[in-house]
Amino acid sequence: MENIIEVKNISYQYPSSTSKALDNLSFSVTKGEWVAIIGHNGSGKSTLAKLLNYLLVADAGEILIDGQLVNEANMWTVRNKVGMVFQNPENQFVGATVADDVAFGLENRGIERERMLALVPAALKEVQMDVFADREPTHLSGGQKQRVALAGIIAVAPKIIILDEATAMLDPKGRKEVIAAIRKLKDRLGKELTVISITHDIDEAADADRILVINDGQLVEEGTPATIFSSGQRLLALGLDVPYAEQLKLALKNLDVDVPEEYLDEERLVQWLWQLNLKM
Amino acid sequence: MSNMIIGRYVPGNSIIHRLDPRAKLILSVSFIILIFLANNWLGYLILGLFTLLAVASTKISLAIYLKGLKPVLWLIVFTIVLQLFFSPSGHVYWAFGPFTVTNTGIINAVYVFLRFLFIILMSTVLTLTTQPLALADALEYLMKPLLKIKFPVYELSLMLAIALRFVPTLMDETVKVMNAQRARGVDFANGSIVKRSKAIVPILIPLFVGAIQRAIDLGDAMEARGYQGGENRTKFRVLAWQRRDSLAVLVFMCVLVILVGTRFLM
Ligand SMILES: Nc1ncnc2c1ncn2[C@@H]1O[C@H](COP(=O)(O)OP(=O)(O)OP(=O)(O)O)[C@@H](O)[C@H]1O
Ligand SMILES: [Mg+2]
Repeated sequence: MENIIEVKNISYQYPSSTSKALDNLSFSVTKGEWVAIIGHNGSGKSTLAKLLNYLLVADAGEILIDGQLVNEANMWTVRNKVGMVFQNPENQFVGATVADDVAFGLENRGIERERMLALVPAALKEVQMDVFADREPTHLSGGQKQRVALAGIIAVAPKIIILDEATAMLDPKGRKEVIAAIRKLKDRLGKELTVISITHDIDEAADADRILVINDGQLVEEGTPATIFSSGQRLLALGLDVPYAEQLKLALKNLDVDVPEEYLDEERLVQWLWQLNLKM
Repeated sequence: MSNMIIGRYVPGNSIIHRLDPRAKLILSVSFIILIFLANNWLGYLILGLFTLLAVASTKISLAIYLKGLKPVLWLIVFTIVLQLFFSPSGHVYWAFGPFTVTNTGIINAVYVFLRFLFIILMSTVLTLTTQPLALADALEYLMKPLLKIKFPVYELSLMLAIALRFVPTLMDETVKVMNAQRARGVDFANGSIVKRSKAIVPILIPLFVGAIQRAIDLGDAMEARGYQGGENRTKFRVLAWQRRDSLAVLVFMCVLVILVGTRFLM
């Protein structure tokens, strides 16, 4: 399998800080994978995201994106390959209107206007924001702004999308819409798109192919959602949430109930629960 | 509060709204210069008619224009009074100590008043019918010659556009901070000027801290999206000069010619 991201022994310390934000971190991501990164506040997730596209420069170690070393010479090609959605919807909205904002990345890449006129509406349609093309950001909800940010990335078609807690500041409805938009995009592009989703939302993480757990700048665990969540006690010790459904499963398991191995969200758990007695 | 956007753009579809912002910007600036060409009542009459024509074509209610006059009312009154009472020459109607009211004084006062009125009305026409961003675009276009002397035209206009885009955001934030401070017992409405000014400090500090964080985040987001400075960028939003823009310039030229004519006529 081809590795689209390879992180080898990177460390980073903020100049104004006394401890390392990232400490000898290594992992790799295969092409087309959906990886969730979880970790408590200040564990270094955002720092990692910024290192991946050279917004910050690692003190030690190296990063390869799509076979290319992330360094000063390659930074713009790397940034072409990595799209990022940040946490605060307000602070990444550059354009005066929705359409302008989506066009920003295209303008930066020197795409001719004719093509922009086709790409911008198409990207907005993909996230179902096409009717808002002329809206100003003040008149949009947080979720809508995040979908616009996503459209801005879709328009430039990167190979990797990094979501740095892109849904953390949204209400449940906005959160659902943003996740649905990303899911749809991933389904359409399949192996051509790799998603790194940094999140506090456990259900969001549970949807990933693989979860990386970061604690104090170090990778402490990685595995499928099912294996990660089954070590519930350890996650709690790291200051992380365990999904309610998993907690219930754990409790049932302790009562010798035969619970399914795979991760179940609440809805599927309910499905399973009410069918449990039918089977017995 | 977020509606209090600078420029007070009033959406509409009038001919003036649809004019190219470059045309509007050039013509309003030229008009202000033109005003100083008038030196007799006929000239002022023509300017007045032209101004009224422009105001009427915006299809925006007169009340909004009058609101635009309010903030500068005292400046106007002050200047008129100055003209009225301190005119050195002409036939004296009334005198008391250093104050003299003469016929030239009265005429000058009227002219000064009219100049103020025309300038304010015309610039209000511009800001009411043009989105601030369109003005920034126009400014960028008109400053393009400065690229030759390495003036950062594109960077400046992007800065202006982003500043305009964040005005409502910062306004909202100000309200939030003020409410937060009020909840802690800060009183912005009462007390002496010194006391009230002191109350502003705890608003400004969180506001600045917030704005700086925003700026850092925005810089990251812009770089992540491939922003490398003004060169080699293409533009999504373009300005298109139409027949009506040329027509507006033509009308303006006619007024100019007539106005110059009145200087010789009278
Ligand atoms: N600009 C900065 N200057 C100094 N220290 C910083 C800076 N940004 C982050 N840090 C520190 O680096 C560490 C990692 O921060 P980072 O933002 O990467 O964490 P995070 O996992 O993204 O947290 P969160 O879940 O709150 O977003 C923290 O201890 C933080 O205090
Ligand atoms: Mg973070």
